[in-house]
Amino acid sequence: MPINSEHFNTKDMKLITAIIRETQLDKVREALIEADIKRITVCRVSGHGQQRVEEMYRGQIIVPDLIPKIKIEIAVNEAFVKITVDTILKSARSNGPDGKVGDGKIFITPLEECIRIRTGERGGSAI
Amino acid sequence: MEHIWKRSLVLLVLLLAGTTGVYASDGAAIDTGATAWMLTSTALVLLMVPGLALFYGGLVRTKNVLGTMMHSFVAMGIISILWVIVGYSMSFGSNVLGGWFGWNSDYFFLKGIDTNVMDAGVPEYVFSMFQGKFAIITPALIAGAIAERVSFKAYCFFIALWSILVYDPLCHWVWASDGFLFNIGSKGAIDFAGGTVVHISAGVSGLVAALYLGARRGYPYQVIRPNNMVIVMLGAGLLWVGWFGFNAGSSISSGLSTAQALVATQVAAAAGALTWIIIEGVHQGKATALGFASGILAGLVAVTPAAGVVQPYGAVALGILASLLCYMAIQLKNKLGYDDSLDAFGIHGIGGIVGAILLVFFIRPSWMSEAATAAGGSWSVWNQLGVQALAVGLAVVYAAVMTFVIIFLLNKVMRFKSSEEEEMAGLDKSYHGERGYGMLNAN
Repeated sequence: MPINSEHFNTKDMKLITAIIRETQLDKVREALIEADIKRITVCRVSGHGQQRVEEMYRGQIIVPDLIPKIKIEIAVNEAFVKITVDTILKSARSNGPDGKVGDGKIFITPLEECIRIRTGERGGSAI
Repeated sequence: MEHIWKRSLVLLVLLLAGTTGVYASDGAAIDTGATAWMLTSTALVLLMVPGLALFYGGLVRTKNVLGTMMHSFVAMGIISILWVIVGYSMSFGSNVLGGWFGWNSDYFFLKGIDTNVMDAGVPEYVFSMFQGKFAIITPALIAGAIAERVSFKAYCFFIALWSILVYDPLCHWVWASDGFLFNIGSKGAIDFAGGTVVHISAGVSGLVAALYLGARRGYPYQVIRPNNMVIVMLGAGLLWVGWFGFNAGSSISSGLSTAQALVATQVAAAAGALTWIIIEGVHQGKATALGFASGILAGLVAVTPAAGVVQPYGAVALGILASLLCYMAIQLKNKLGYDDSLDAFGIHGIGGIVGAILLVFFIRPSWMSEAATAAGGSWSVWNQLGVQALAVGLAVVYAAVMTFVIIFLLNKVMRFKSSEEEEMAGLDKSYHGERGYGMLNAN
């Protein structure tokens, strides 16, 4: 059973977490697939950032406390961090290349370990 | 300027008004039994529209659930009003413009039928409302072919124009006493409850609209799946229940012919549903809930033109044949790659054609002998087949051409297809500013 691949070191793995607009999900996914990033986890979240949304409810303006967003999590080896981030930056912006408040954020955190459940394989090759 | 408008409006009303009151009650007595059943049927057919809203609404993605349900609901608003103003008159008035449609100034705003009782012993108000429900559901069926990608405003204009230019003339040809398809051949083209008028016209128009608009963004490589199969099943169930009003109500009586239509409807739906899951079981290894629901609809659609003339074995046969052919049509659609999103053509177009054509092989003997008498000697299955084929062919061509013209012209004035941004955000957010659910289900 391989413990670590020769090419990848455990400490060089990152977890990329992106909070994006719901409406951009399809575009981001298409772009990631195009860039050969195919292993992702997606969930619906709600939160609050700089963006302020006004909605109408029965003719009255309301400002929702929490705005629905999509969270994408991608675990990658160091070599893929740049392409992943660039791809998300390009595809998650609404309103053309300039973007708009509310387009979201990307967080990158070091990833201590990655284990494939089926094989018990660890590290970069398990990603 | 304003008084000119007012004056011409008054003039228009006077012109359309004709002679009010002359045709008031014709003295026929009200048959309370028939009237009670027709009132019930009217309510049942209306129930099919929210049923359709649930059926279509469940099949689309979460972001489009409300917009899709609104396609059905807004038809209840628009077509009800249009029907009272011109629809009933254009459908059931006397031939005008060479029989293209009908007109009767008494039917304008239904103002001349306040006290009318029809020969069947049913107040004409009831009949007009019963027919009005058919006019509502027909354009709503088209929405299934162009789901998830049409502008709400353009859709509203489309169904209004379609109802006036396609539904009302077709309804007149097939069901009005002086309609030319009603009188063709020995006993007319058989369309008991709307195989050609409702299902073929809606299915074919849906196909034309879907081809004209093009596919949804991401179709077919992106997987597009139903957001809620539970409401799909609920909708299919309501459609089945409502169909008893649709078919058994179309006898405009409460008697033997009502009972005959009722039985044919029940067994055709059952045969269609079972056939579909058996085909699926053999072909894909699993019987799906959506397959059962699709089979119910295929069977019901096929028996709609036939319910008045076939016996139970014929209804079973039509249900089986409809499911078989609709299933094949949907497989073919997947191969050809056009985006008839919720299979409005695959089920209503194909199912309607199957029913309207193949019913000739299952007509009850008493009908055939009456037809032979009316034809003055003999009338064969093949004679009737020719009549049915002509009616179907005309409905297909007329609906296809007119739908194309309507969309082509409408597109000059406003954008019919959603923009990419609107489609990505979903109909609910783009056109209604609402969400169907809380935070459930990604996508």
